[in-house]
Amino acid sequence: MGDDASMKVFVDAEKCQGHNRCFAIAPELFDVDDLGNAFVIGDGSVSAELEAKALLAVANCPERAITTVES
Amino acid sequence: MATVALETAHHSPVVDWASDFDHTDPVWVDNPFPIWDALRNSCPVAHSDRYGGTWLPTTHETVSQVAYDTENFTSWSVVVSNGRPPEDNRPIGGAPPITSDPPFHAVARRLLLPAFGPKVIAALEPQIRELCRKLLDELEGQEVVDAAADYAGHIPPDVIARMLGLPIEDGELFREFVHGTLENVAAPVEQRHEFFGRFDQYIGKQIQSHIDEPKDDLIGFLLNVEIMGSKLEPSHIGGTIILLLVAGIDTTWSAIGASIWHLANNPQDLERLRNEPELWDTAVEEFLRAYAPVTMARLVAQDHDFHGCPMKKDDWVLLPFPAANRDPLAFPDADKVILDRAENRHAAFGLGIHRCIGSNLARLELRVALQEWVARYPKFSVANPAAVRWAAGQVRGPRELPLTIG
Repeated sequence: MGDDASMKVFVDAEKCQGHNRCFAIAPELFDVDDLGNAFVIGDGSVSAELEAKALLAVANCPERAITTVES
Repeated sequence: MATVALETAHHSPVVDWASDFDHTDPVWVDNPFPIWDALRNSCPVAHSDRYGGTWLPTTHETVSQVAYDTENFTSWSVVVSNGRPPEDNRPIGGAPPITSDPPFHAVARRLLLPAFGPKVIAALEPQIRELCRKLLDELEGQEVVDAAADYAGHIPPDVIARMLGLPIEDGELFREFVHGTLENVAAPVEQRHEFFGRFDQYIGKQIQSHIDEPKDDLIGFLLNVEIMGSKLEPSHIGGTIILLLVAGIDTTWSAIGASIWHLANNPQDLERLRNEPELWDTAVEEFLRAYAPVTMARLVAQDHDFHGCPMKKDDWVLLPFPAANRDPLAFPDADKVILDRAENRHAAFGLGIHRCIGSNLARLELRVALQEWVARYPKFSVANPAAVRWAAGQVRGPRELPLTIG
């Protein structure tokens, strides 16, 4: 992750209810705190090889708490 | 191994599902999907006078709206029955935090979350795998195996009893408690009071034994933990133990059984899982979507209009997450089980602030139980479809599932 990143992921802490789907699908991009709430690792930059996983995390969040933006 | 005595049929048969539904009716219990599909198209929020007035949303949109709206809908009781909960147990409710509303809900829930976090739960995998293998060893040589009564039904009681610190050998009693709490819901109010009296007495005895001899388990934790400098009310401790025991057992037992039922009826899916083990992650999520066991419930908190329905305070609202998961507007090919479904925002564990606290544990138990079953039995089929019996009420899964092995 670094200069080649063209995507960023975000977790909306207000929407996250701790389903932990993102952490299960892409532990390289997401982590969870003691209460199971998700947060992005680092600044959320997604390297090219992890873009598919980032999109899967978006597609499997029941609360629609995860978004991506092209940077 | 014995099965729990049945007692669920207290009501007259349903004639019209849009105006008189009953989730304990044998037709619903056997196969609720056609009922939900028909209602979704004709009457997305149905009403029944049963249980003193009950509503039934069946679309993903309406189920989500109720789940997210904690102002108009209260969680004070989440099991539809003929009575209403006693006014004096608010805001804790009978089984906190599932029966609690904001703001108390968040406080009660925060206490429990760390024990069920994904990293804590992942450590239980070897113990659960060993348990599944032991259960399968005991069934060795049988030509017909009851995957529900002799396998699925024994996995979650063992796991949750160890976490709570309850006697493992009381599994049969736990299954009776589950039946009494969640399946025998159409019983007269007096009968339910008598049942809960016995359940409370058992839990009280277990709490006392933890007080006499402190232990490092969840009951020990609940006895010592404090909210703003005060220990928990006895009713809070007892109610939370009841919640973790009942919700920890019935749901996962149902999900394991329903998934094995699917594989018994769909040998091509069994074959795929055996040949493509990388499918397990999406397959487990797909089983959870298609066979979500739990229909939650709410009480209407105040008179209001919901999609043209005049909801009155203290009406019940069933929250069928399994129906939301089969809504074609939310899931393409919603009625098909697709083991590699990539996009799957299913609501098997609920939506909003009451998301199932045990979801990480349930997923682990489901995956390990299915993997071990499939590894042991490369081929199995339903011995006699008429002998398959599904649980009645808000948690759906097979209670009797005799399978021919080989």
